[in-house]
Amino acid sequence: MADLFTKFDPLIAEREALLATGVRDPFAIVMDKVLSPTRAIIKGKETILLGTYNYMGMTFDPDVIQAGKDALDNFGAGTTGSRVLNGTYQGHKEVEEALKEFYGTDHAMVFSTGYQANLGMISTLAGKGDYVVLDADSHASIYDGCFLGDAEIVRFRHNSVEDLDKRLGRLPADALKLVVLEGVYSMLGDVAPLPEMVAAIRKHENCMILVDEAHGMGFFGPNGRGVYEEQGVEKDIDFVVGTFSKSVGTVGGFCVSNHPKFEVLRLVCRPYVFTASLPPSVVATAATSIRKLMHAADKRAHLWKNSKRLHKGLVDLGFTLGTKSPQSAIIAVILTDQAQAVAMWQALLEEGLYVNMARPPATPAGTFLLRCSLCAEHSDEQVDQILAMFEAAGKATGAIA
Amino acid sequence: MTDRQQIFDQVTAQIAPFNKKEAALSDATTFAGDLEWDSLTVMDFVAAIEDEFDIIITMNMQAEIETVGQLVDAVAKLRDA
Repeated sequence: MADLFTKFDPLIAEREALLATGVRDPFAIVMDKVLSPTRAIIKGKETILLGTYNYMGMTFDPDVIQAGKDALDNFGAGTTGSRVLNGTYQGHKEVEEALKEFYGTDHAMVFSTGYQANLGMISTLAGKGDYVVLDADSHASIYDGCFLGDAEIVRFRHNSVEDLDKRLGRLPADALKLVVLEGVYSMLGDVAPLPEMVAAIRKHENCMILVDEAHGMGFFGPNGRGVYEEQGVEKDIDFVVGTFSKSVGTVGGFCVSNHPKFEVLRLVCRPYVFTASLPPSVVATAATSIRKLMHAADKRAHLWKNSKRLHKGLVDLGFTLGTKSPQSAIIAVILTDQAQAVAMWQALLEEGLYVNMARPPATPAGTFLLRCSLCAEHSDEQVDQILAMFEAAGKATGAIA
Repeated sequence: MTDRQQIFDQVTAQIAPFNKKEAALSDATTFAGDLEWDSLTVMDFVAAIEDEFDIIITMNMQAEIETVGQLVDAVAKLRDA
């Protein structure tokens, strides 16, 4: 009998058919123990983690952990309330101070997740009659921010400066526009050409620019602020959105800005107001981690070395990658179809390597890919091991000759 | 040839490269049902239509357009705006 779940029948059938072939479920992995930022026990087997967003390896930093323990002791397990009512503690202000220092901005606003930061910023900034202009490959949180708000939504082809310019030119000059870009696009690990995009946007009136640096924070730019810092367009970006759940190593989201009226958003941004604030231990770990990231040049250098080595090694083995050169800490291995992707994913897991499997609609152009994300704590030896596992799994599954 | 017929012809010419099923095209043809397009195909197709007619079809408008006929009418309206 049909009910509200009937629309999911094709997906249920597809999953059942896939699992019936005897493969493990790529979307149901359980980490029984986590040994370090790069190692965990999965089903009794010690496994190298190459599918986390723990880019800077801060999750087990002793200072970060101690800050969290102290906050648990001193402030309790949770705030049980909204940031605008009883949910702002000293720690929430402290982490906003850390962000202002890290980004060199006048304002910082902390949300409970990165998803909510995009949801809140986009839906609140762009109102009825305004336009949000976004890259077609934008993260789900950006799309959902558009759908939550009342603005008109316009997409341009991924990373196409010309397409962006053309679409802005077709919009009414007097309408207010928010252009939403990402520093690193997380599926293929490619980087946006921000200077060219900023130049195109500045040809048109009434545009503000928001850049999501979720996958760039910590290791792009002299201060680790993100791709927009590395590419030298800091002055042109009105809002930077980011997350604590990647390089910072915990959970939470934020927006930083120099706009003089920024603070009013705390009163009008629904995903900020109508949810509980982060627990004291989380904001304490985040603040400590952010301050340590300001002085993490050695870790950054090692992360880039890892990314370059893995990229070159996989190309040499004959894999097809999402980018011609290593552009970020994400390296996407492109496979032909779901069966090959799952077989390869499982073969790697059996060798003792965890990577993310990604499939449409999350991926661009309907591709199936295995997404590797490197950590500054991956040792040179681990990168060697990872490449050996890819070689074995690739040959076993026929993904490489 | 009427303006509407001309737009219809231009629209169907843009559909052709995406019409993997080679479905017959009329005003009543639906994108999701008859053409079986997924969201990625819709994105590419909308971009092509926007460039063909030098217009913007916002995602808000796209949500209301289910058939080829509705798209032709929307294009006519947007082009005259």
